[in-house]
Amino acid sequence: MDFGLTDDQRDIKRTARELLGERSRPERVRELAETGRTDEALWRELSDLGWPGIAVAEEHGGLGLGCLELTILCEELGRALAAVPFLPTTMAAGLIELAGSPRQRERWLPGFARGELTGALAAAEDGGAELVIGGADADVIVLVYEDRTARALTPAECELVPIASIDPTRSAARVSASLDAGEELADDVAGGVDRALVAISSELVGVCDRALELTLAYVKERRQFGVPVGSFQAVSHRCAQMLLDTEKARANTAFAAWAADADPERLAEAAAMAKAAASDAGREVTASAIQAHGGIGFTWEADVHWLYKRAQLDAALLGSAPRQRARVATILTERAARLAVPQLQ
Amino acid sequence: MDLTFSEQETSFRDELRDWLAENPPVPRPVEGGEDAQLAWRRDWQRRLYEGGWAAPHWPVEYGGRGATPTESAIYFEEIGRARVPMAANILGLLLGGPTLMAWGTPEQKERYLEPILSAEEIWCQGFSEPDAGSDLASLKTRAVKRGEEWVVSGQKVWTSAAQHAKWCMLVARTDVDAEKHKGLTYFLMDMEQDAVQVRPLRQITGEAEFNELFIEEATIPDANVVGGAGNGWKVALTTLMNERAGLGFALQIRLRQLLDDLIAIAAERGLMADPLHADSLAELHVRCESIRLLAWKGLTDVERYGQPGPEGSLVKWLWSETNQRLTQLAVDIVGPEAMTGGTSWSYELLRARGNTIEGGTTEVLKNIVAERVLGLPRLKAAA
Repeated sequence: MDFGLTDDQRDIKRTARELLGERSRPERVRELAETGRTDEALWRELSDLGWPGIAVAEEHGGLGLGCLELTILCEELGRALAAVPFLPTTMAAGLIELAGSPRQRERWLPGFARGELTGALAAAEDGGAELVIGGADADVIVLVYEDRTARALTPAECELVPIASIDPTRSAARVSASLDAGEELADDVAGGVDRALVAISSELVGVCDRALELTLAYVKERRQFGVPVGSFQAVSHRCAQMLLDTEKARANTAFAAWAADADPERLAEAAAMAKAAASDAGREVTASAIQAHGGIGFTWEADVHWLYKRAQLDAALLGSAPRQRARVATILTERAARLAVPQLQ
Repeated sequence: MDLTFSEQETSFRDELRDWLAENPPVPRPVEGGEDAQLAWRRDWQRRLYEGGWAAPHWPVEYGGRGATPTESAIYFEEIGRARVPMAANILGLLLGGPTLMAWGTPEQKERYLEPILSAEEIWCQGFSEPDAGSDLASLKTRAVKRGEEWVVSGQKVWTSAAQHAKWCMLVARTDVDAEKHKGLTYFLMDMEQDAVQVRPLRQITGEAEFNELFIEEATIPDANVVGGAGNGWKVALTTLMNERAGLGFALQIRLRQLLDDLIAIAAERGLMADPLHADSLAELHVRCESIRLLAWKGLTDVERYGQPGPEGSLVKWLWSETNQRLTQLAVDIVGPEAMTGGTSWSYELLRARGNTIEGGTTEVLKNIVAERVLGLPRLKAAA
């Protein structure tokens, strides 16, 4: 039993933290967000480093690492609010890798792995999705239906209307298509969706981590009544709650990422739990960050609102916390029927 | 990251499971009151002791197995899962023994450790006082040295097992002029003297799990000072650090069992089809698994870095609130039975209110997290 990262994984984390600390500074993110652009230079650099292909199999041009390594990058990119289509692209690539045919994998994965193609993945009904993150720039859009069927579409195969979401650090679009447009991805759609849930959860963990970091710095500095506001328990206990929510999400996400790599039979439950915990944490922790910043937190000029906005979209993506808990409840009901006791080991 | 047990850990677990299967405790006595319950728990600990399973986390030289932190966690999980009685001298095993191993003289270790392990002598913990709860260091019980012994007077409260205990881990003020953390000394006080009166403290469940101690010129030989006069705060911290270490895993499994029972009842009554109940139970499941994951994560920190991370306080905080939520939801799912006196659900509901107070109130835990983990400035309290 070991919850820690390996030396290699720690290296990935440290390298990512350093690189993004340099390239995706708050001023840079703000400039891009205010002009509604993604960071093409950063995307090229990350692509040259092989990041988009981190979890893509080597035979398709990726690095062939696991879901755990993918989540390390997602977390760091979330922390930095990087304006790149990493999450949507890796979600689409992951689903195609698990659910696509050999021909489909060969067609798209090498392009994703090199960052030459970008992707998007969204839940759809009646041939459409109202809000597809990364959709406006995507070369491939994967739509997943309620019955766990999925289709991959190119922009030419659907109607795609760019929209301005509240989170301008990533593009978004409304997508509509006929139910038989594009190509069906017929294999393990559920597994691909669960891996996508883990990736989103880890991005949310990064967003929470950053929101707490900014908040702590602020409440240690800001003084009222002659003392730092962080010395008031009404504020410090809020910060403690932010940590608890973040750590809960982090532990569940780590478990789900581990399950994806090492124990796929437990992935469905673990992914739903991780997404439930991370969606709740994302909303609560970033809302608390705004509150703890006081009036400043409500201004455009403070950076916490970008985190709040990213968290809102991620929390809803592929099903918010109540949807995930409904899945968990179904699993619990089936288990109760078998009278089995759930165990970590 | 590897969330499976190693071969050594698996064989440790299997050996314990086999032993527990071959040595089931006798059924809980229904008659004979508290004395019979104690005799039953004492007998159970005696059997654990004879089987070499009373305290696997103790070093081999003191009668333990030198279990790793992970094996120790497995031990408490399995003990919880097997639903066996709580060892009669749980405070001696978890707190007293480890404190003596860290601070005791060779003579003290020789004299006290074995009877702790065998439950021949029961231990209790005399820390809290009516005016010293969360602010423990402000305690007022006085000990004055007279010749080769100390004379102690004062009052202690929340002392579980005091009515059965032979020894009390007592912290008393020995220097009134020193700073409040520095004038304290840690003693082993013999409970079998008239100067120590034990009065049961009836709690909201109706039972008396805790006691008040009234100490009127009790005597303690100088040889029973632990860790040296004036060092009581440091020694007490060792005891307090051990308080949350092992028991957490047993409590966490107890919560899991309670939740499984509740889900089974909800499923049987068709309530899992009600989206509100389903959502609440799924949320409890997420919390329950989070507690287990955070507890295991804390162990990784101990094994890798030699000290626990922030998880200890987080786990206790999350556990206590989750147990309260669970037992409260049970009132809705189980119905009148959970509000009928003498039922296990009504007991769990009432007992859970203590969870966010005992072993560090949630408010104090939040202060600890804020100050020691998040580095927030400390609130200036009145001196």
